[in-house]
Amino acid sequence: MGLTNEIVIEKLTAKFGEEVKDFTNDYGMLAFEITSNKNVEAVQFLRDELGFNFLTTLFTIHYPDNDLERQFAIVYQLHNWVDNVRVRFKIFLNGQNPEAESVTGLFPCANWMERESYDFYGIIFNGHPDLKRILNMDEMVSFPMRKEFPLEDGNRTDKDDRYFGRIPQNTNAN
Amino acid sequence: MSQILAPLTIEEKYADMIRQRENEDGSELSILNLGPTHPATHGIFQNVLLMDGERIIDAEPTIGYIHRAFEKIAENRPFYQINVLTDRMNYCSSPINNFGWWMTVEKLLGVEVPKRAQYLRVILMELARISDHLICNSILAVDTGAFTGFLYVMQYRERIYEIYEELCGARLTTNMGRIGGLERDLSDTGFRKLRAFMKDFPVAFKEFEALVSRNRIFIDRCVDVGSISAEKAIQYGFTGPNLRAAGVDYDVRIATPYSSYQDFQFEIPVGKTGDTYDRYCVRNEEIWQSMSIIQQALDKLPEGPYHADVPDYYLPPKEDVYTSMEALIYHFKIVMGEVPVPKGEVYNCVEGGNGELGFYLVSDGSRVPYRLHFRRPCFIYYQAYTDMIKGGLLSDAIVILSSLNVIAGELDA
Repeated sequence: MGLTNEIVIEKLTAKFGEEVKDFTNDYGMLAFEITSNKNVEAVQFLRDELGFNFLTTLFTIHYPDNDLERQFAIVYQLHNWVDNVRVRFKIFLNGQNPEAESVTGLFPCANWMERESYDFYGIIFNGHPDLKRILNMDEMVSFPMRKEFPLEDGNRTDKDDRYFGRIPQNTNAN
Repeated sequence: MSQILAPLTIEEKYADMIRQRENEDGSELSILNLGPTHPATHGIFQNVLLMDGERIIDAEPTIGYIHRAFEKIAENRPFYQINVLTDRMNYCSSPINNFGWWMTVEKLLGVEVPKRAQYLRVILMELARISDHLICNSILAVDTGAFTGFLYVMQYRERIYEIYEELCGARLTTNMGRIGGLERDLSDTGFRKLRAFMKDFPVAFKEFEALVSRNRIFIDRCVDVGSISAEKAIQYGFTGPNLRAAGVDYDVRIATPYSSYQDFQFEIPVGKTGDTYDRYCVRNEEIWQSMSIIQQALDKLPEGPYHADVPDYYLPPKEDVYTSMEALIYHFKIVMGEVPVPKGEVYNCVEGGNGELGFYLVSDGSRVPYRLHFRRPCFIYYQAYTDMIKGGLLSDAIVILSSLNVIAGELDA
């Protein structure tokens, strides 16, 4: 008896009720949304009750045009290797003060993925053992994957910024 | 921005540990900075190690030295220009990255790829897997002191690159493929080179295995070095040969077959202990399995078109663009992004050289992705490296890094 998307939907609805919503099944993967403070509970439920043993990936999407409460989305994608079912869910976070609970306690591999989300989007993961920048340099003060940052680097020194309308705003003066 | 954490520098953190140990038993620990550009680490990896003599007490990896912001760049580039970014992730097996990306786009656009193109893609992806594993295993032998084996097999990587050249003109960063298939059919010279490779390579690779696999020094250096249990490997997000060496038979080619992998018979080799020697053996066996897949694909290769009939997405041949108005219009529409792109979020993954290489594409209907996330297997499993080297010798750390096949380009993206 394999696990199907219908069973996953049924069990999640029974467990989380109104807090889980927007089930879709585009391109063959079940996706849903859950209230932002239920992310750890949802990952734990999926892992322990439904056999989603593998955290495939975790990353952030920035939606600056959404309401303030829904400007950042963290996507969790899990995979059940026994029944070969994949599922992903999103939580939406506040645009000014994005904070979420860390899932590193459940999946150690979330450690660097959450650090990456912090590094590029400034998401604060409460309970993360070592939340600091990972790919960018520590002196950086901005979160470069946010949509308000243009692609071109603002702190190049090989150009005279006065002629290009840029000021070096991306790094700490020290 | 008051929430920026002031990170304790590694030196400060270790200085406390050194003082503490000195007070406890008078031992003198030292800090060793391994990398970022150490010749033995094959790439830009920095590890600050806390050492007790030859033994590693603690390690702090620093990554991002060749971070090129591919995900940010991808948000500003149309689909065809993103392919060149994927090349530069795992540059030892770029065709897998290329086709993984095209399959993601094809999934979003609903393009059906003809059988011949799928089979040719399988051949090229398996060649890429061979060259990836070949590099990893022969360099592992070099790191343990066996240079000869490396020289035996390295010319076959060149022969694989020559086959790529016949298709796309490039060797390392291939930029291969198009939406819906390939840019051209593999030429007769390409098939001749491929058949010659299929004939010659097993001889050389058997010699390599005979030299290295049962070598006393090699076995002493590799067995029980950097073991990881299956449970831990899963928790740390291992995929690919490194996971299979720990005894888990997860392979994307079997779990969710893509590009007609279901048509071929092949086995998934697994190890037992997840140590360096098992990783070496799994990669070796995967090379043999890849050879078998290529042979099957060559035998069964169907006739037919090498790309789907999708003028909206498939770039017309260059000579037509210069001579025919219709081709020029299509070329212009594709390059300028005037073709319809559906809205949606799609995840597609392929079995890369190092594991599950995933592409998560969020499209808002415009010519560029709204968000493109690469699930890079190296980035995820390299976190376990600190755990794997703790308590071991410095020389083992080099061997473990080599056997994990961490590719800096993929790690940092």
